[in-house]
Amino acid sequence: MNVQGKVIKYGDNVDTDVIIPARYLNTSDPAELAKHCMEDLDSSFVTKVRKGDIMVAGKNFGCGSSREHAPIAIKASGIYCVIAETFARIFYRNAINIGLPIIECPEAAKDIADGDTVEIDFDTGKIKNLTNGKEYMGVPFPEFMQQLIAADGLIEYIKRQIK
Amino acid sequence: MGMTMTQKILADHAGLDKVTAGQLIKAKLDMVLGNDITTPVAIKEFKKIGIDKVFDVNKISIVPDHFTPNKDIKSAEQVKLCREFAREMGIVNFFEVGQMGVEHALLPEKGLVVAGDVVIGADSHTCTYGALGAFSTGIGSTDMAAGMATGEAWFKVPEAIKFVLKGKLQKWVSGKDVILHIIGMIGVDGALYKSMEFTGEGLKYLSMDDRFSMANMAIEAGGKNGIFEVDEKTIEYMKEHSTREYKIYKADDDAEYEAVYEIDLSEVKPTVAFPPLPENTRTIDKVGDIKIDQVVIGSCTNGRIEDMRIAAEILKGRKVHKDVRCIIIPATQKIWKQAMAEGLFDIFIDAGAVVSTPTCGPCLGGHMGILAKGERAVSTTNRNFVGRMGHPESEVYLASPAIAAASAVAGRIASPEEI
Repeated sequence: MNVQGKVIKYGDNVDTDVIIPARYLNTSDPAELAKHCMEDLDSSFVTKVRKGDIMVAGKNFGCGSSREHAPIAIKASGIYCVIAETFARIFYRNAINIGLPIIECPEAAKDIADGDTVEIDFDTGKIKNLTNGKEYMGVPFPEFMQQLIAADGLIEYIKRQIK
Repeated sequence: MGMTMTQKILADHAGLDKVTAGQLIKAKLDMVLGNDITTPVAIKEFKKIGIDKVFDVNKISIVPDHFTPNKDIKSAEQVKLCREFAREMGIVNFFEVGQMGVEHALLPEKGLVVAGDVVIGADSHTCTYGALGAFSTGIGSTDMAAGMATGEAWFKVPEAIKFVLKGKLQKWVSGKDVILHIIGMIGVDGALYKSMEFTGEGLKYLSMDDRFSMANMAIEAGGKNGIFEVDEKTIEYMKEHSTREYKIYKADDDAEYEAVYEIDLSEVKPTVAFPPLPENTRTIDKVGDIKIDQVVIGSCTNGRIEDMRIAAEILKGRKVHKDVRCIIIPATQKIWKQAMAEGLFDIFIDAGAVVSTPTCGPCLGGHMGILAKGERAVSTTNRNFVGRMGHPESEVYLASPAIAAASAVAGRIASPEEI
């Protein structure tokens, strides 16, 4: 499957408190959370993000809290996929579990600039920067995680196992 | 090649003789934990699975502690969801206001976690129980739902970093300073996906409260878990608090570590983490003149009885600076009662501090001490991210209870020796 999107770029250590501040965690409604996504890091995010955009960031993306509200807010804001140098481990699990596509790719994360248009081939992990023609390969998921993703997340996977 | 403590616990819970770093396994769970923020999402996911009971009513803990006592209507609705789910499922360990405490102080105190356990919690600071020699790690709500349904979770077996502790801490230096020192040294992603294993002859000089506060912040170095070798102090603690059987796992002599650090505890100085990351550490002598508006002493990192005693030792006969609000939050009802019995509350109140009922409250900018634009706090909590305690332009400086109490008196970040 191929997707194309415009890049919104951030730096290293984007933490879950800036992705969705705790003052909004008295709800878990995705649309409500999306209204405040990235608020404390970039208050313009919610007005500039378009459905299908791609978030690119540096190392340790999603560090901090275990709040699943963070990937939920990003997904509900319209972001299709997050590319980062590395992900914090709880965010990584949560993203896979809720079906927010993520790709670990240090080269792409460093190289791609804000506003670039990139194309991602999820079958191969190939990322192409359509703005300058450069190509990168993301770190492939282990087989078990591919199964989770193919099952549309952990809950669907477990449902099938229990049956 | 041998196994680390973490690898041995995971192997046993996966029914395997041996595991190696990077291997994906499914492990049996001894405890699944959630709070008032993460459990409602987990309940929603649990209901999608289409089963009507949890795997074990004794192996799930739900602790509404973040926005409790309920700070607003929406928070009350979230706790209500948790309460109704706990009743419907017959979950034994649901802790209502009056019984509850900050989850990671509460579970060990209630004896719900012991050495050798595998614990997942929908709260990143679930790594705290590593102080008891358990494997415990933070996960999200969906993993909590899956854990409640199946009693299992998938894990990638982590590599490990070993910290060999030697020597004895100096006066006014605590486990908090040691872990801030370590995070400053290896960075907020220095242990990403890895175990942090603590061992060495210096362990015997660290109290259980020191160890809880160190294991608690393993996540702030990106760690999957932090774990302490079990010794006499651990066993004494477990015997005092739990009737459950524990199992002690020691790392093999030939276990593989990605890195080994030797830390001389006698050389660790009081350490402060500057905003906006726990890795921005400076020793107290290099802090400079930083005026503050608020002090918070509490949380799953430093809301235990020793923390209360240290704060009282410093605040005794002194006054909180007129420009500072000092908020003290014992982490559980038991700690509260103990602090009260020891007369610590008289000291706090005479000094001009306030004492709150147990809550995570201000740590995550929930309630009970939110910062306005431009305000600064010294806090014994674990995160100093942008906007963590309130306005995005407020600042949090992380420190030990000793530094926090001394700063409350001085009106600026200060060590106990300065006041």
